[in-house]
Amino acid sequence: MRNIWTIAAKEIRDGTRNRWIVMITLIMAGLALILALLGSAPTGTTSINPLTVTVVSLSSLSIFFIPLIALLLAYDAIVGEAERGTLLLLLAHPISRWQVIIGKFSGHLVLLTFAILVGYGLAGLVISQTGDVGVTKAAIDSFIRLLASSVMLGAIFLALGYLISAAVNERGTAAALAIGVWLLFVLLYDMGLLAMLAVDGDHTISERVVTWLLLANPTDAYRMFNLTGDEHTALLSGMAGLSARLQVPAVALIALLLGWVLVPLTISCVIFRRRQL
Amino acid sequence: MTKPPYIEISGATKTYGAEDAVRDVGLVLEAGHCHALVGHNGAGKSTLIKIALGLVRPISGEIQVLGIDPRDRAFNKARRRIGFLPEQALFQGTMTGMETLKFYARLKNAPGENLKALFERVELGAAATKRVGAYSKGMRQRLGLAQALIGNPDLLILDEPTSGLDPASRKNVYRIIDDMKADGVAVLISSHALSELDSRVDEVSILDHGKLAATGSIPALRAGAGLSSHIRVEAGPKQMPKLAKLFAGEFDCGHLVNGVAILECAEKKKRLLLKKILDHGVTYKDIELSEPSLEDVFAAFTNHGARQ
Repeated sequence: MRNIWTIAAKEIRDGTRNRWIVMITLIMAGLALILALLGSAPTGTTSINPLTVTVVSLSSLSIFFIPLIALLLAYDAIVGEAERGTLLLLLAHPISRWQVIIGKFSGHLVLLTFAILVGYGLAGLVISQTGDVGVTKAAIDSFIRLLASSVMLGAIFLALGYLISAAVNERGTAAALAIGVWLLFVLLYDMGLLAMLAVDGDHTISERVVTWLLLANPTDAYRMFNLTGDEHTALLSGMAGLSARLQVPAVALIALLLGWVLVPLTISCVIFRRRQL
Repeated sequence: MTKPPYIEISGATKTYGAEDAVRDVGLVLEAGHCHALVGHNGAGKSTLIKIALGLVRPISGEIQVLGIDPRDRAFNKARRRIGFLPEQALFQGTMTGMETLKFYARLKNAPGENLKALFERVELGAAATKRVGAYSKGMRQRLGLAQALIGNPDLLILDEPTSGLDPASRKNVYRIIDDMKADGVAVLISSHALSELDSRVDEVSILDHGKLAATGSIPALRAGAGLSSHIRVEAGPKQMPKLAKLFAGEFDCGHLVNGVAILECAEKKKRLLLKKILDHGVTYKDIELSEPSLEDVFAAFTNHGARQ
């Protein structure tokens, strides 16, 4: 435990030292504010809560942005230290390899969580103060759900980044794979799914299959969790029809997201254990 | 010394694919001794060091480090007693030297109070609170050395500790090694050149293409290399025929030009040859005796290995 904390503390210090955390928090807050203020403008005097609008737009932003910064943070974690020669030194100490992975992962997750909570939280606070319509409890709930699931989304892509970093021998390869993973889960997967549904004019693919295919991608599961969890967000995001028919309980979605964190993380520990130094 | 050796390796073999990193290599390091691994890049020095540290599993061989097989789980605890300087370690530039040492001290569960003394010891006292990013190459190397000294290790393993250092810093490294030896610490160092070593090294193992080419003290290696000394006699052109006659059939007089004779002679016959010159009244201006350099000795062992 002590070892894990030592490693995590070092990652957190690195992240604050090189201003990474300040930059990312500012970018998060900036983007969130722009989206929130622009997004709430067209709703004008409708009864829809501006915070709810913010949840919908922020979750779309998160799907692009959070996986990207998580992968950027993680892809270098193991392979970078290996190339700098510090991995050899680290492992010559009384520390297990899994402790290195879990320690670094925890440190990175703290950084990412801080950036998400402060960045988005700031935007949420501003929005809830400026709107004409009072903030409802349901809106706050869905905003908290957004924050929590965004942290989880970050954890998933951190874990995937560690998997890459533990498996490859060169930083360049790790960077390329990280971009590949991002493209696959954030863009290509959904495009492929859409194309498949468009081609499938006769509806031979059942809704069940579509649901499973959506669940197979963590970013889609995240979207589902945030946009169908509440009737207002569902209505606003055009997911109302889908949410009515997709009977995936929130607990199952959370379990699924958690699985997407734990499985890659466990595999990266196993791969790292077998890694040749 | 009744203590068992701190490092005892025999028959260690490690292959990467079809290539031998090390093959059937043995190594013994006693407490209070300094043993040097010498070899070209890729000769297997680093692999042997990684085997001793339990970072690489050999495919065969008997290994005991501090009385434990590094492949055992129990070895993790023994790591606290080992100081290690990797061949190249680029510490995080954003951390200060002190923060860097504190981090490794915490991992070793070593007290963090006497770190300041370590900085003094490697002559880095003034730079302790500076960021590592602003360190010069030599300073970074010294920081690495200070890191290896954390927690008073019993075994010190230094991979190329003097490469890239100026002669003064190199001397300081050997001074520290000497201090450690006096405290009963066993020191294993590696170097890519025999001539880089200091005479304070007790034993040397020369590695060549993953195999042990020779092992012994520097004088023993010098003798074992079978290289001859050179005697240069400056005596004027008139003396040359005399010299040629004198040594015909006994010594190689390959060079007898411009009044300078260069005679090759085996280690043992040096005295005899000098005596002959003096006894036969050769009038000379100067006599110069040159021993084979450590580079020559090193080349003799490694070339031999390559031919096999």
